[in-house]
Amino acid sequence: MGKRIGTEVSIAVAEAVKLARVDVISAYPITPQTHIVEDLSQIVANGELEAAFIPVESEHSAMSAAVGAAATGARVYTATSAQGLALMHEILFIASSLRLPMVMTVANRSLSGPISIWNDHSDIMAERDIGWIQIFGENGQEIFDLTIAAFRIAEDKRVLLPVCVNMDGFILTHMIEPIEVPDQELVDRFLPPFEPAMKLDPANPVTMGPVGVPEIYTEAKKQCDVALTNSKPVIEEVLQQWAEIFGRKYSLIEKNGTESAETVFVTMGSLGETVMTAIEELNAEGQSVGQVRIRLWRPFPKEEFKQAIKGVKRLIVIDRALCPGSTSGPVAAEIKALLYEESEKPEVINVIAGLGGRDVTRKDFKTMLDMALKGEFKDDYTIWGVRSHAE
Amino acid sequence: MLSKEEIKFEKITAKNLPRESLISPGHRACQGCGEILAMGMVMKAAGPNTIVANATGCMEIVTSPFPETAWRVPWLHVAFENTAAVASGIEAAIQMLYKKQKIKEKPNIIAFAGDGATADIGLQSLSGALERGHNFLYVCLDNEAYMNTGIQRSSSTPYGAMTTTSPPGKKSIGQCTWKKNVAMIAAAHNIPYVATASPGYHLDLMNKVRKALAVDGPAYIQIFSPCPTGWRSKPEQSITLAKLAVQTGVFPLFEVEYGRFKITQKTKELKPVKEYLQLQRRFRHLGEDDIAYIQERVKAEFERLKALASLDA
Repeated sequence: MGKRIGTEVSIAVAEAVKLARVDVISAYPITPQTHIVEDLSQIVANGELEAAFIPVESEHSAMSAAVGAAATGARVYTATSAQGLALMHEILFIASSLRLPMVMTVANRSLSGPISIWNDHSDIMAERDIGWIQIFGENGQEIFDLTIAAFRIAEDKRVLLPVCVNMDGFILTHMIEPIEVPDQELVDRFLPPFEPAMKLDPANPVTMGPVGVPEIYTEAKKQCDVALTNSKPVIEEVLQQWAEIFGRKYSLIEKNGTESAETVFVTMGSLGETVMTAIEELNAEGQSVGQVRIRLWRPFPKEEFKQAIKGVKRLIVIDRALCPGSTSGPVAAEIKALLYEESEKPEVINVIAGLGGRDVTRKDFKTMLDMALKGEFKDDYTIWGVRSHAE
Repeated sequence: MLSKEEIKFEKITAKNLPRESLISPGHRACQGCGEILAMGMVMKAAGPNTIVANATGCMEIVTSPFPETAWRVPWLHVAFENTAAVASGIEAAIQMLYKKQKIKEKPNIIAFAGDGATADIGLQSLSGALERGHNFLYVCLDNEAYMNTGIQRSSSTPYGAMTTTSPPGKKSIGQCTWKKNVAMIAAAHNIPYVATASPGYHLDLMNKVRKALAVDGPAYIQIFSPCPTGWRSKPEQSITLAKLAVQTGVFPLFEVEYGRFKITQKTKELKPVKEYLQLQRRFRHLGEDDIAYIQERVKAEFERLKALASLDA
């Protein structure tokens, strides 16, 4: 049934990719993604995984080679961060438009400038509309599990889309955690060999990536949108099967804290763990606080989210990225748009926190709650923890 | 990788010319297009057991307006600057799937890109793929400017040529830089095979493709591709131009086989460049002095090439 080991989460991700028996890995090093690809190179060099490791000369080429390999019928993996993801930008849309299954880990890091290697979500938020399935993990085990599950989701014939698994840079990539690593046999049972729906095969020639003339461009985009929207029940189904085999259940939206909480914190990624302990303490002090974690960001689980916040008076939505000059951060904008049609809707407070590796602690969440209760959040969004000299 | 090894391949002659067209007629290329002609020749030499990666550009546009396609082989277009990387991925996948016995044979892999996609925006991707040693053929269809977007200059545009972004004027001769020599850049990667070719010499072109596909590792062929639309030349003179460019030394034919240079054109005594230049309105603003300068430099470069070839004779 596998073993429970203490390991760095990046090394666990490499192990997950190995257990997924990928055929091609195409990657370029960038902090804080490096440990994943270093470990994968070693695994391939040791002959522990029969795969081609393409040491490309840029992330643009990493994604381009991944597209070429996936189109040829290989199971493909890549990983990147920040500037690397930005460099892939152009090709990310093409990968989803070609309906090519592949899995990419994004070790979330802030985008330049100023240059910062530290964690926030500005990299992936700049890629919000690439048409990929986008998942956020909270801890090492979750990232490990979701990495393997991502292949199964991507390759499902009802989906056929690339999947991006987000893990907070350093906070998760460089953390040592106890992780349960299942036996290969069990993973094989969960994840059958990749059977591409279509591939570059001289015996059956296909033209992939033709010109989208105005008569069909809209239809092509519509099909991709429908495919992404329709992937939601399949994702739930795959995660249910994961739970049945491995005993760990992942919902699309996760709820914690008091059942009838007045105030709910909304987060994505590792901050959810800090919120979890913060609300335990707050509720022990007599507050009425809950938390909602968005695990699936794209497609956005609209109904599940609405259900999770039913009856809540106040949402404090934490964004880890800034949309300069906008009405709010990307997550809050999503939620506000979703709630617009609701007759009973909570107050939505938007806090942009934890930019460029700035720590967000339990104390911060307590202060946020305190300010929210006193009605001190006046602006559309508040950038948290700004030192006075930047005002 | 200097080597005395001869590349073994099945030679194409006028008698055994492959009949099968893998790019079907009805595509939307211009009259007299040298690119589509060259691409058809490459595909005849390669045969149907081939996967093609195509960069954005004229050839991608004219052969794939959905729901129509001119391609009778598997074909993938991803973007402009990344065709060598896309081909890298295809090649890595083919090698691994073959090793795992998921496919029974290894097809040829050919990347097609224009000169802008090769000499400018895709040079990094090309260099990476050549350096990594993928077993594929990269074909640069060189029509010496960004023709698909409306005849803008690239670094492969020849000196003196008029394009929409290198217009001649009171203070400019037109393109004021000398053509970038990507074939030499490719050769500097020490790959097994590099060549230049011209559709004016179709057997030479096709046999170079056969050689390129016979080697184990990357190969690069730069094919001179007359563009009547961009060069302001007569469509019926495309083959004449494809021959004159070679005969004048403007685009000399050579190959670099395992590091050994060899001039592959018969004309070693060059014709005057004027014969080539005067058939194209992109050069019509050039004066006698300009032509004399071009003549001198073309001659000097051909001498250098001869010297390189003599090293390995």
